[in-house]
Amino acid sequence: MADVVASGVPIPAAQRRNTMQKFVRRKSTVAFFMTLPLIATVACLVVYPAFYSISLAMMNKSMTHFVGFGNFAFLFKRNTFWMVVEQTVLFAVTAVVFKAAIGFVAAHFVHNLPAKGQRKWRGMLLIPWVIPPAMSTLAWFWLFDPSYSAFNWVLTHLGMPQVAWLGNPYWARFAVILVNVWVGSPFFLIMYLAALKSVPDQLHEAAAIDGANWWQKIWYVNLPMMRNIIQITALFSLIVTFANFDIVKILTNGGPVDQTHVFATWAFNLAISGNDIPLGAAVSLFMAPILAIAAFLILRNVRRRGNEA
Amino acid sequence: MTTTTTIGELTAGERQPTRYGSISRGRRRTLYWSYFFLILFVIFFLTPPIYMFITSLKSSAEISAATNPWWVYHPTLSNYVDLLTQKTYLIFFRNSAVVSLCVVSVSMVISVLAAFSLARMKFWGSATLATGVFLAYLIPDTLVFIPLFKTFAFIHDKTGIELINHWWVLIILLPTLTVPFCTWIMIGYFASIPRELDEAALIDGAGYIQMLRKIFIPVALPGIIAATIFCFTVSWANFLYGLAFTTSADQLTLPVGIVTTLIRGDVYAWGQIMTGALLGAAPPLIIYAFLMDYYIAGLTAGATKG
Repeated sequence: MADVVASGVPIPAAQRRNTMQKFVRRKSTVAFFMTLPLIATVACLVVYPAFYSISLAMMNKSMTHFVGFGNFAFLFKRNTFWMVVEQTVLFAVTAVVFKAAIGFVAAHFVHNLPAKGQRKWRGMLLIPWVIPPAMSTLAWFWLFDPSYSAFNWVLTHLGMPQVAWLGNPYWARFAVILVNVWVGSPFFLIMYLAALKSVPDQLHEAAAIDGANWWQKIWYVNLPMMRNIIQITALFSLIVTFANFDIVKILTNGGPVDQTHVFATWAFNLAISGNDIPLGAAVSLFMAPILAIAAFLILRNVRRRGNEA
Repeated sequence: MTTTTTIGELTAGERQPTRYGSISRGRRRTLYWSYFFLILFVIFFLTPPIYMFITSLKSSAEISAATNPWWVYHPTLSNYVDLLTQKTYLIFFRNSAVVSLCVVSVSMVISVLAAFSLARMKFWGSATLATGVFLAYLIPDTLVFIPLFKTFAFIHDKTGIELINHWWVLIILLPTLTVPFCTWIMIGYFASIPRELDEAALIDGAGYIQMLRKIFIPVALPGIIAATIFCFTVSWANFLYGLAFTTSADQLTLPVGIVTTLIRGDVYAWGQIMTGALLGAAPPLIIYAFLMDYYIAGLTAGATKG
């Protein structure tokens, strides 16, 4: 771009044109124009809607006048809202803890294998993460199906009572968490495996010479070395799990009796299906504080990591 | 640990021979246990896709006969034939493919240009902008879809342009999810290219665009492939935007189409649903099978580069 401008202008140009030309050729101007599409995308489709949802949340249902915190006051009085808060926190925290635990354990097992076989196992273990969640949740839905449940078939043959997987509120909560753990733990596995590979072998040798057993090696060598990645991964996953939509929407659609709703699905049902956009916006805004805290912590961790490197 | 340090040399000497044996035996035992637990994990992780495949080979009669759900007695390809000759399913597939390819191209152009300028050509506020990109990546689609829906309705009222219930509107919406992440990992890849390379190019008289085309893109090609795969996976899998913004059967993408049209029928055609879901999962799985290392590179770079 700069070359074209340079060759197209005759040498005895007017002073004003010259400064203009200089401005266009300046490195920072070119750089700014190159980031312009990014700025436009992020501003129009992320920043603007994020702020617009705050003002939307303060409108009445037909969006004709301003009601201040009316929607929030209405939500605070509803039992369903507090149930959704409780379920979202339970869902996100339990799922992230189990994902992290399974990822950590599985990463160690894969790391124990001889280097040649690791690729194959890693490839198989990552498949849940590759399948689009909407598709795999359908498979889970079919596995949980009330009349043809493949799990119940196994339970019956083992002589155990059948389970109403998605009909009973407790089992339904268990089911949505289970599916989320299934989808998300490969991500933890792969991150922790990468972190494990970056722990220098000398540290393990030194620990072995000092007489550390396998547990002490994990606790005193691996964990401190992996701490940063463990934190970043868990926070990332917390954000994604907190804002989860696909799994709950397809598996239970919030039922039975709204017991498995999380913020995202409840907001969707209120705003799109129930046609009350401001109330939906108000519900979805409750995701923001947790997201902000997690984002702040991630940023701090990433920065610290950047300084170390 | 405490015993070997506190008790004297004699005890340590006595235990020496047994310890040599126990290390190699211990290693073998660890290996066996690792295989054992990994097999358990693989069973847990692969049950749903395998069950999808089993069901996709069954006829409706066999499914409703409630025989052993884990075995196919009369395998048939009729579900595959039915779906692939059904016009609506092919339309879902086409919509998904066109949307994903457009989103991939748009977001790669935007993010490579932006990442190059943010990583190399510092300007006023570029560091803040890079942080902002990272924060934008953390904002989930579930937080912005309601205001976007309202905005689109508003645009329709003011200008008469109908944005809701068209598949192409996803090409506008999905870059919100892909662009920030791709920019972020491309900044990481570009920043790792040695400065000597672009200095050499500058001395040879290259402009910025030439520098990007002839040095940065070829050198950071693995990163670009990883980001492209990420873009494709995200746009192919996205469910929320499709569900909220499109409703007519001929405007749906694959995930939304399978869930809304195949499930809401009077009879749950589970054989077809599972076939549809399996075929829908095929493109990401095929890409993953061939480009696993790039896929993993993109995954780990997102959170570790910085």
